[in-house]
Amino acid sequence: MPVHLEIVTAERQIYSDEVDLISAPTRDGRVGILPRHAPLLTILQPGELTIVKDGTRTPFAVSGGFMEVLPDRVTILADTVERADDIDATRVEAAIKRAEELRQSAQTDQEMALAEAKLRKEMVRLQVMRMREIGRRQ
Amino acid sequence: MASSREIKRRIRSVKNVAQITRAMEMVSASKMRRAQRNVVATRPYAESMRQLIAELTGRIVGTGRKGTLLEVQPESGKVGLIVVTPDRGLCGSLISNVQRQTGRFILEQNKAGNQVESFTYGKKGRDFLVRSGQKVIAETMKLGDAPSLEQVLGVAQAALARVQTGEYSEVYIVYSEFVNTLVQRPALKRLVPVETPEAGGAPRLDFTYEPSQEELLEELLPRYVETQIYQAVLESIASEHSARMVAMRNATKSAKDLARELTLTFNKARQAAITKEVSEISSGANALADG
Repeated sequence: MPVHLEIVTAERQIYSDEVDLISAPTRDGRVGILPRHAPLLTILQPGELTIVKDGTRTPFAVSGGFMEVLPDRVTILADTVERADDIDATRVEAAIKRAEELRQSAQTDQEMALAEAKLRKEMVRLQVMRMREIGRRQ
Repeated sequence: MASSREIKRRIRSVKNVAQITRAMEMVSASKMRRAQRNVVATRPYAESMRQLIAELTGRIVGTGRKGTLLEVQPESGKVGLIVVTPDRGLCGSLISNVQRQTGRFILEQNKAGNQVESFTYGKKGRDFLVRSGQKVIAETMKLGDAPSLEQVLGVAQAALARVQTGEYSEVYIVYSEFVNTLVQRPALKRLVPVETPEAGGAPRLDFTYEPSQEELLEELLPRYVETQIYQAVLESIASEHSARMVAMRNATKSAKDLARELTLTFNKARQAAITKEVSEISSGANALADG
């Protein structure tokens, strides 16, 4: 019996399907959600979100958000999320560089916070991408 | 009566105008459809968030501790106002309606002894506030037709940060609510303190909360407010395009009416000239025959 997963961001719905397993990075550590899990509401931290459906793993890079778990339905309210396959290495590295420059030149607290958030997000993307490469090699 | 050549020139220019407004109408129509889709796409997230907050606030009521954005803050004498308008005009009465609503709100607040500080999305609202001598703290322009959440967050966070430091006791937002293609209403909403959403009829489950309910709520609330601001910006964009589409449709119609009238005048003038010429010729011929 699979569990219905929905991943939504403030901009749009990203994913909606029946899945067998969800592995998510929460603030208190990684949790694995199988169907008929006890109701849970938790905060996600930046990291890799993995979905297993019919034996295939699909990794996503998530930058934070919330996860609501019900026995038959899981809703992930992500700040930003993207499929690991869609991440492009050179673009991520360029973005990290840009974010670092932004942090160097930040004048106000607001700019600083924005640059740091950006940097954190890009680091997660890079990390997820590397894990993906390791997974392929095995 | 104007000479037929002048009338002809006017007909040409009016027809040109009609062509341009017709093109603008069609561009706005397609942009409107996309903007509407974007508004609808944000609903699942907003709805889930609303439910979570309803669920959490329902539970925390007893404990007396709530997130700052939910609490009624002590009067600080300062109020934040977020104004959302388009960058460009030619969209009927939409902008002036929002501006009027803004002006009325500021006057009311001033009367109540509150100082208003503004945050703007869009050029028209900013220009209006600057012109009328209001204090604009942060502004964003040229958001385009489909802004990402990230583009919208900067100004929103500038406003929310001032709530968390206790500088503002309340934050409001003025924008154009998209009712349907023909109706856009200027809307004024209070963002902070957050109005607790009504819990739906869904049965309450015994959730495990990690971390605590209070911490969760504190993380959720800013995002909830940000989502509301994001939705307001998207609705404003949808309103802008549908208002422009309707305005341009009316303009096209007026231009065509005018061209028709002018053509009639032109034909009359031409007819009059011909009649005049004929009568001149015939009277000349008569004079010759008489002589």
